[in-house]
Amino acid sequence: MLHIKCPYCGIRSQKEFAYGGDATVKRPKLNSDVSDKEWDDFVYMRKSPRGKHIELWHHISGCRQWFKAQRDTATHEIFKTAKINEEIK
Amino acid sequence: MTQSHRLENIGLINRNKKISFKFNGKKLFGFEGDTLASALLANNVHLVGRSFKYHRPRGLFGAGIDEPNAKLQVVINGQSEPNINATEIELVEGISATSQNCWPSVEFDIGAINNFLKSFFPAGFYYKTFMWPKSFWYRVYEPFIRKAAGLGVGSIEKDKERYEHKYEYCDLLVTGSGPSGLASAYAAAKTGAKVILAEDKPRFGGSLLTDDVNIDNLSGKDWAYKIISELKKMPNVTLKNRSQVFGYYDHNMLVMFERTGDHLDKKSKYHPRQRLWYIRSKEVILSTGSIERPIVFGNNDTPGIFLASAAKEYMKVYGVAVGKKPLIFTNNDSAYETAIEFKKNGIDPIVLDTREEQNSELINDAKNQGIQIKFSHAVAVANGYKKVKSAKIGKLNSNKTGFENIEIVQCDCICVSGFWTPTVHLTSQSGNKLKFNKDIDAFVPDKSKQKETTIGAANGSFTLKETIEKSFESGADVGKKLTANQVNIQVPSVTEKKHKSHDKFWCSPLPKNENPKRFVDFQNDVSVADIELALREGYRSIEHVKRYTTLGMATDQGRTSNLNGLQLVSNIENKIVPEVGHTTFRPPFTPVTIGTIVGREVGHHYMPTRKSPMHEWHLKKNAVFVDAGAWKRPRYYKQGNENLFEASKREAKNVRENVGICDVTTLGKIDIKGPDSAEFLNRVYTNAWMKLPVGKARYGLMLREDGMVMDDGTTTRISENHYHMTTTTAQAANVLSHLEYYLQIVWPELNVNVVSTTEQWAGAAIAGPKSRELLKKLFPDLDVSNEGLPFMGYVESSLFGVPAKIFRISFSGELAYEINVESDYGLSMWEKLMELGKDLKVQPYGTEALSTLRIEMGHVAGPELDGRTIPSDVSLDGMVSKKKDFIGKRSLVKEAFIKNDRQKIVGLVPTDRKSSIPEGSHIVSDKNGKLPNPKLGHVSSSCWSVENNNPFSLAIIKDGKNMIGKKFFAVSPLHKKAIEVEVISSHYVDPKGERVRS
Repeated sequence: MLHIKCPYCGIRSQKEFAYGGDATVKRPKLNSDVSDKEWDDFVYMRKSPRGKHIELWHHISGCRQWFKAQRDTATHEIFKTAKINEEIK
Repeated sequence: MTQSHRLENIGLINRNKKISFKFNGKKLFGFEGDTLASALLANNVHLVGRSFKYHRPRGLFGAGIDEPNAKLQVVINGQSEPNINATEIELVEGISATSQNCWPSVEFDIGAINNFLKSFFPAGFYYKTFMWPKSFWYRVYEPFIRKAAGLGVGSIEKDKERYEHKYEYCDLLVTGSGPSGLASAYAAAKTGAKVILAEDKPRFGGSLLTDDVNIDNLSGKDWAYKIISELKKMPNVTLKNRSQVFGYYDHNMLVMFERTGDHLDKKSKYHPRQRLWYIRSKEVILSTGSIERPIVFGNNDTPGIFLASAAKEYMKVYGVAVGKKPLIFTNNDSAYETAIEFKKNGIDPIVLDTREEQNSELINDAKNQGIQIKFSHAVAVANGYKKVKSAKIGKLNSNKTGFENIEIVQCDCICVSGFWTPTVHLTSQSGNKLKFNKDIDAFVPDKSKQKETTIGAANGSFTLKETIEKSFESGADVGKKLTANQVNIQVPSVTEKKHKSHDKFWCSPLPKNENPKRFVDFQNDVSVADIELALREGYRSIEHVKRYTTLGMATDQGRTSNLNGLQLVSNIENKIVPEVGHTTFRPPFTPVTIGTIVGREVGHHYMPTRKSPMHEWHLKKNAVFVDAGAWKRPRYYKQGNENLFEASKREAKNVRENVGICDVTTLGKIDIKGPDSAEFLNRVYTNAWMKLPVGKARYGLMLREDGMVMDDGTTTRISENHYHMTTTTAQAANVLSHLEYYLQIVWPELNVNVVSTTEQWAGAAIAGPKSRELLKKLFPDLDVSNEGLPFMGYVESSLFGVPAKIFRISFSGELAYEINVESDYGLSMWEKLMELGKDLKVQPYGTEALSTLRIEMGHVAGPELDGRTIPSDVSLDGMVSKKKDFIGKRSLVKEAFIKNDRQKIVGLVPTDRKSSIPEGSHIVSDKNGKLPNPKLGHVSSSCWSVENNNPFSLAIIKDGKNMIGKKFFAVSPLHKKAIEVEVISSHYVDPKGERVRS
C-alpha cells in the first residue's frame, strides 16, 4: 500500500485517496473548435508508460483536494506531489 | 503411553504443568511450553500424516516454519481447522488433532496404493492423463482428483472466533529475535528510535536458545534473556512474540500475523484469536535468520528423519529426544552440536560426514567425547516404512558419484544437515534482487530497493562474532539516521567454536541396482526423478519446472526444497545455480488464516450501513429493506401476508388516489455557493441555468465528457449565490468528486464552493392528489396554493422551531412536494405527517412503489441511465441546450451518436395485458429465431401499472419511437419466458404532465 503525501495534509495511507489518471491531459477550452481527433485524444487516449508518470490523486477521505503526484509506475516510488497550480518537472 | 522420549534436566518447558491432548483419538500428555510436535515426539509418535500424492507415511521433520509434513486437522476451542503446522501450535489443554490425507487411518491408508503405482504418477501426470475427453474435466476428473489429493477439510461452520486488525507506525521494525535481531533492535532502541521487534515463535532468542555459544560470559540463551529484559523496560520498544511478519509491500508497509488466542487455556469473549498488523515502518531490519537444508537420499521422507537443527531444538527447548539411536548425516560442522547434545543426554550418536577427515574445534570436541564419526560417508537409503529402522550407508568414492561399499547400520532416527539457507523471502518481497553466494551455496540479498537492511544469517553471515558486531553497528546506524542520536555501545565479546567450510554435497548417489524415491519437496511429493523428467521433456525455465512438477509450490513455499531443486536443475543443465535463477517469493511467507485477513469486516461489519433518521420507524412498520449503496431503504411496508408485488401495488395505488410519503433522505445533496455558481451549473448541466430565479428549482441533466448521461436531479436556487443540488442516491459520491475535479483542476477561476450536505437533511416526499392538503396541515401558516407554491417552486419555513425546506418537485408524476428538515428532526416530521394525514389516508411507500410510479410516467432512472445512454436515447434531447457549451457536449455530435437507428427509450405492454415482463429481457422479432437471435434492445424497467392495471415496461430498443405500434417478443431464457409485447410511448400515464402542475 502506497504512502502518499497530500500537499495539504501530509503523508497519509493510500486508503484515503482515489486515483485520477494522467495529470497532463488538458481539457479543450469551452466554446472552442475542437477536431474529432483532438476531442478523442482528450476523452479516450491515454499513455501507459513504464516509469515516471505525472498523475492526479484525490484526497477523497481527507481534505477532498485534487493534487498531482509524480510516480514510477514500475516501482511505485513517488518522487513528488504538488498542488494543482504547481508544476512538476 | 508415557512420555518415553522426554529427557531429564533439559529444556525450557514447565514440567509442573501437565497437559492432556488427543492425537488420532488417543489421549496423550505433554507439558506447558510444548508444541504439539514436541509433545508427540515426547510420546515417540512420529507418523503424523500421509503425503500429498503417493500417500507415503510422513513424520515430523522440522521444529518450526520449516516443517513440511506435519499439517494436521486440529480442533481448538471447539472449532476444527485444517492444515495446522504441528510445530507451530502450542499445546493447550484439550486440544485434539488428527492426521490428514489418509483413509481410513494414518496407520492404514488405502491411498498408499499410489506409492506402489508411482511409476504411473510421473511429473505432470494430471496434465497428461486427464486431457481427454474435454467434457470430463469438470464432471469426472476434477472431483476425483480433489478427493484423492489434498490436505485437510475446511469447516462449513461459521467461525466463532474474533479476529482483529491493527495499524501501527514505527521508526524501525526488526523481524526476528535471533542474535542479529536482538543486537540491532537493542542498539537502535538505545538511540531513542521507536522499535518493534517481531518474533515468530513463542520464545525470543532464535538460534541463541540452542547454539552452544558464549557472549559476555553468558550462555547464548542467558544473554538473549538479558537483552530481552532490558528491551522490555524501554518505553520506545514493542516486543511481539508469536508474531510472523509475512508480507513486505510498497513504501515500507509490512504485514504481521500475531497469534493472540490459541495458546491460552481460557480467554474472555472479546479476546481475539489472531491479529493482523499493518506496520508502516520508516526503516526495516530483516533479521530472519536461516533454515537448515536437507541432503537428498533414498527414502529420505521416512518418518524419523529430521533436520539436525530441529533435533537439537527438540532437545534443548523441549527436552525431547527424537530418537535413542541417532544417525547424524552432515556435510558441515553445525550438526556436530546436535551429536554432542545427544551425547550429553546419554544417547550415543553416529556421525556420517561427507567430507574427508577433518579437524575443527567442534569436530575435535565430538571426537574427545568419544562420538563415532565416519568421514567420507553418506546415507544411501533409509530403511523402514512407518519409521526409520536402519540405514544403508556407504563410503563415498573420490568424486562422490557412487559408493565404495554399502553397510547397514541400525538407527531409529536420522538427523540431516546440508548447510544453511538464508531466509530471503521478505527481502525479496521488498523488491530486491538476490545474488548467489558461492561460499554458502545460497542466495543472499543484493542492493536494497526500499528502506531496509538484511543482517545476520539472513544475509549469509554464519559466524556469531561477525553477526553480533555488524548487527550492533547496523542498529546504531539506522537509529542514528532516524533520531540523529549517536550511541556508543560496548559490543560484547563472543566465544564460539570455529567451523570448517562445508562440503558442496547435497544429494547422495543411488546404490547399485536400487532405485528408491529421493524427495526434494516433501510437501508436494516432488522427487529427483520428477525434476529429471521435466527437464527431459523440455522444461527449462525454473518457473516452468516449478509449475510442471509443483516443486516449492506447497504451503511451506519450498523452504527446505528450493535450493536442492535448483542444484538438481543446474547439475542436469550443466549450468551454475545463479544462471538457473530462482523462483519469485510472494507473500504470505507463512500461511495466514482467512479470518485474520478479513478481521472484523464480517457480517454486517463488512461495510458501513447508512440509515436515515426514520429507520427505526420503518422497522416498526415491517419495512422490508433494500440496499442502495451503503444505505438501507424501505422497499415496501409489509401488511399481513402481503408479498412484494401486493404491497407495492397497494402503496403505489394509494399515491395515485390519496397521498403517500416516502423517505428520500438518501438522495445526494450538495450545497453550492459562490458568485460563479450559476455559470458553473451552466457548464455542468446540459440545460440552461443562468436565468433560474431565486426560489425556483430546475431539473438538470449531467453528462460525462464522453456524452453519456451521468446523473440527473433537481437543483434549487436558494438565494442569489446559493444553490441546493440533489443527486441520485447511487451517484452522490461520484457527482461530488466530479464537481470538485472541474472546480479544482479545469476551471479554478470559478469562485464556487461545493460541499455534501446529504446527512444534514432528512427528506420526505409527499405525493398524491391530497398532498397539498397534508402539506397545509403541516405548515398551516404557509401559502401552499398553486399560486403561492407553484410547480418547481421552493419556500423556506420552519418545523419544530428549526428550518425546513419545501420543494414542489415530483418523481411520481403526481402533485408532490419534498420537505427537508434538519436530520435530528426527521423522525418527528415523519411521525407528524403520518398523524396529520390519517384522515387523508396517508400511507408510507417504499422504493418498489416509487419505481412503479416513475416507470408508469416514463421517468428515467438508474436502469435507463446505465452509462451507455446519451440524452436523446432516453428522450431527454429537450434538455440539451444548443446555445451553450457544457461537459460532454462535443461528444454528442459524434457519428455514432447522431445515427437515427440508435437504441432509444419506449414503453412496452404485453399483448395479453397480463404477463409481467422480466427486467433484462431481450427484445427480438422472432421468439424462435436461430441463435444468435438478433437483439433489438432490452427491457430496462418493469412494473405493474396501477393506473391501467396491467404490466408495463420501459425498454431501450433500436429506432425507438419509430417502432411504436409494432409487436415483438421479450425473451428471457433465464426465466424461460417469451412474451409478446407491443411498443407504445414511454409516457404511459399523464403524458402531458398535468397532474404535477395541478
